[in-house]
Amino acid sequence: MTTHADQTTPFVPRFDAPESQGRKLAIICSKGNLDMAYPGLILANAALGEGVETHLFFTFWGFDMINKKTSGDLKFTMLGNTATHLPQGLGGIPGMTHLATSQMKKAIADLDVPEVPEFLDQIVGSGGHLWACRMSADMQHLTEVDLRDDVEGIISASDFIELTEGAQLLFI
Amino acid sequence: MPTTTIAGQAVEVNDEGFLTRPDQWSDDLGTELARLIGIELTADHWKLLHFLRDDFAHQGETATLRRVSTQTGTPIKSLFDLFPGKPAKKMAYVAGLPKPKGCV
Repeated sequence: MTTHADQTTPFVPRFDAPESQGRKLAIICSKGNLDMAYPGLILANAALGEGVETHLFFTFWGFDMINKKTSGDLKFTMLGNTATHLPQGLGGIPGMTHLATSQMKKAIADLDVPEVPEFLDQIVGSGGHLWACRMSADMQHLTEVDLRDDVEGIISASDFIELTEGAQLLFI
Repeated sequence: MPTTTIAGQAVEVNDEGFLTRPDQWSDDLGTELARLIGIELTADHWKLLHFLRDDFAHQGETATLRRVSTQTGTPIKSLFDLFPGKPAKKMAYVAGLPKPKGCV
């Protein structure tokens, strides 16, 4: 057994170390598949739990994650996904996407990981910022009323780049 | 395992400073651990800390932030207000438990 050198000063974790202050993370969510929604959500949640200022930018198919109509209804398909290691033909059978989606949702729920809308609630509750891409909104003819109320704005790509100055960036 | 002296008591800690023996913890020690990381404990803090202790005793692992929130009915935002910055780790530290392993 070793003893910490300086007995007069307790050895305490460095939770608020100055070198970790001011860290920012930007995550660009461009996919609308159930399986591709989670990486961004899990990393955003983890970053917020570490005190990192976190911004999510939803673009193209990623809009399905914040569109009130689709957010709770993302799907997983075997088609084009060789990582299922099943014959691709199976994925084309009617009902297979529904089955694959149900199974994935169950596996996620079994880990006590929330569904997409509730996960976004948690991220916003943790101080995360949600932004929507202007061009995607225009392409899909969507406005603020179609999106979650906690989306802070529909902004241009340049505005997002500007507001995430100095951030680390993930594209998903 | 290194030891450090907190509130006059020698406790075993890991290389990050987290207590490694949950049985060395007490409410008094928790108060001092909180003070060392700049938190003054209120009844709201204690409710969460006692949940964490109790849950660890039953589950054998530290509750994640989501589990603390859903099981105690505390909004995530309040957890961030009570244990600012890194709530899951700070809560675990003050409760004398290992930091949570779960991702969510």
